Amino acid sequence: MTTILASRPEIPGEDFSRVAMTDETLELLQKLRGIHGDLMFHLSGGCCDGSMPMCYPAGDFRTGAQDVLLGTFELPATDALPTAEIGFWVGKPHFSYIRGSHITLEVVDGRGAGFSVETPEGKRFIMRSTLLPS
Amino acid sequence: MTVYANPNTEGAIVDFRSRYDHYIGGKWVAPAKGQYFENPTPITGQAFCEVGRGTAEDIDAALDAAHTAAKTWNKSSATERGAVLLAMADRMEENLEKIAVAESWDNGKAVRETLNADIPLAIDHLRYFAGAIRAQEGSLSQIDDDTVAYHYHEPLGVVGQIIPWNFPILMATWKIAPALAGGNCIVLKPAEQTPASIMLLMDLIGDLIPPGVLNVVNGFGLEAGKPLACSPRIGKIAFTGETTTGRMIMQYATENIIPVSLELGGKSPNIFFSDVMDADDGFLQKSLEGFAFFALNQGEVCTCPSRALIQESMADDFYDLAIERVKQIKQGNPLDTDTMMGAQASNDQFEKIMSYMDIGKQGGAEVLIGGDSLDLGGELSGGYYVQPTVLRGTNDMRVFQEEIFGPVVATTTFKDYDDALSIANDTMFGLGAGVWSRNGNIAYRAGRDIQAGRVWVNNYHSYPAHAAFGGYKMSGFGRETHLMLLEAYQQTKNLLVSYTEQPQGFF
Repeated sequence: MTTILASRPEIPGEDFSRVAMTDETLELLQKLRGIHGDLMFHLSGGCCDGSMPMCYPAGDFRTGAQDVLLGTFELPATDALPTAEIGFWVGKPHFSYIRGSHITLEVVDGRGAGFSVETPEGKRFIMRSTLLPS
Repeated sequence: MTVYANPNTEGAIVDFRSRYDHYIGGKWVAPAKGQYFENPTPITGQAFCEVGRGTAEDIDAALDAAHTAAKTWNKSSATERGAVLLAMADRMEENLEKIAVAESWDNGKAVRETLNADIPLAIDHLRYFAGAIRAQEGSLSQIDDDTVAYHYHEPLGVVGQIIPWNFPILMATWKIAPALAGGNCIVLKPAEQTPASIMLLMDLIGDLIPPGVLNVVNGFGLEAGKPLACSPRIGKIAFTGETTTGRMIMQYATENIIPVSLELGGKSPNIFFSDVMDADDGFLQKSLEGFAFFALNQGEVCTCPSRALIQESMADDFYDLAIERVKQIKQGNPLDTDTMMGAQASNDQFEKIMSYMDIGKQGGAEVLIGGDSLDLGGELSGGYYVQPTVLRGTNDMRVFQEEIFGPVVATTTFKDYDDALSIANDTMFGLGAGVWSRNGNIAYRAGRDIQAGRVWVNNYHSYPAHAAFGGYKMSGFGRETHLMLLEAYQQTKNLLVSYTEQPQGFF
C-alpha cells in the first residue's frame, strides 16, 4: 500500500492531515470524476454498508451542522480534467469516535453500497485506520 | 446432516436462471440499456448468474406499470389482498427448501438459518398481514348530533422500497407484506450484493400477484436506487441500510414531501447481570447462547449484539464459559445443515470486517478468540469467511462504537446497574438490546431504561410478527413487523359529514 496523496487539514486549530489515499484510489477517483464531475466523501455509520466511505457527486449529499469536514484532497489535473478538490466528511457523533485515527482510503473489489459512485465499476472504497500520534 | 448440492449442479434442488431481467408489470423485461452485471456467491466467490443493471428508464417503466395496476389494486378489497398474501405464503411454503438453498447461495449465510428462520418467518409475515388487513377497521366519531367524522384508511398509491442484502427475502417480505396489505403497488429494488434470490422468488410467486402490483428492478444504488428514491411518482420510500444513505433518502424525500421509513443499524448492547451465574442450569445455558448470538447470520444483522456488557463480579467465570461456547461454533460449507456460520456477503464486507479487526487490535482491544479470516479449503477458498471473534476492551474504543457488521463482539465489564446502563446507552445507535437476569425487577427496569426500540429480555434475535421492530436515535424511525405498520402505508381520509337540513347561519 502506497499512499500518495494527503488531505489538507480542515479542522480549525489542526495542522496535520487526517486522511490519505493510495495511488489506486487516486486513479479510480480520476476516472470517476470524468464520469460524474466533482466528487465528495461522507463516512457512513451503521448497518449493512455502514462504516464505509461513500463517494457522491459534490453537493449531492447535503452536509450541515451535524457534519465535520475532516480534510480536503487536491486532485492533480489529468490530460482531460483540471485540478479538483474532494472534501472528506463525517457525521459529528461519528467523528468523536474516530478523532484519534488516521484514515487511508483504499480500493477493494466489491459490489456496492448505497448510492456511492464507484460501485458500478465493481470497486469499493474502504477505510483503513492507524492511530494518530497522541 | 444434509449437504445441499450447489445450485445449477447435478443433484441440486434449485437452479437459478443464467440471467434475470427486471420483473415489471408481471413480465420479465430486459433492462432499457441492455446492461447486466455478474452476481457472485459469497460461498465460493464465483459468479453464478447475471442480473439486470437497471437505470432511471427501468424505474420509470416499473412506475408506469405500478400506477396502471394501482387503479384497481388501490381499490381492491381487504379480502382480495389478504387472499393474494396467503397464496404467496402457501407457494413459498411448498418451495421452502428450494428458496432457502437459493437464499443461502446468494447471500452466503448458513442454510440452517434460511430453512429455520429467514423463509419460515417471511411466510408467517405474509400470513400475519393477510390477517391484519382483514381485521383493520376505520373509525367514526360523532362530533355532535348532526355531524359525523368518518376516518378511512386509503392506500398511499405506489411506494418505493430499497432492500438490504443481509436477509434479502425476509427484509423484502417485511416491507412487501404491509405495503400490499395496505393496498399499495410497489417498485422494489433489491441490494446489488443479493439480487438473485428475490428474482427466483418472483419466478415462483409472480403468477399469484396481479400484474404491476409488485415490480422488481435490480441495479446499483446510484443508477437505480437514486431515481426511485427521487421520483415524484412514489408516495413513500422505505429503506433499510446505513446512516449516510438514510440521510440522503430523507434529503430526496424533502423534494417530494413524502414520508420515509428508515432502519439504519445499531451497536446493540447485550447485558449480562451477575445472577445469570447463580446456578448451572438451563437459564445459564440460554444466557451463553444469548452471548454467542453475535455470530447469527455472520454478524450481518442490524441488531447484532455486538457489545456484550458483563457484570464484573462474575466476569472471569462467565468469560470462560462464553469463550468455550464460541469455540463450538462450526464453520464450513454454508449448504451443510450442520454449519452454524456461513460466508460474509461480499468481498468489500469481508475487507471492512478485517479492517476493524485491525482497528480493534491497534486500539488496544484484547482478542479473546478469533481475530482473523478463515480459509476453508477447496472451492470455499474463494469465499469470504471470518472467524467468530470476541474482543475485550472499553466502550470508548472504535470497535465498541462503530458498526462492524461482522461476527465480532466487543466485550467489557460493568460494576453495577447504573454503570451497565450508562455504558449501554453511550452509543449513537438505539436499535436492539439484550438483558439477561433471573431477577424480574432488574430485567424490567433495564429493559425500560435502555434507549433502544427492541429490547430482548432473557432471549435474543427473535423476530416474530406482531412485535414491533425499529430504532431510537441514529438507528432510524418507523416500526416494522407489527400491524401498526399498516398505517405507515396508508393515508387517513376524513369525511366530515353534516346530516342537518338547516343552514349554519353565518352567511
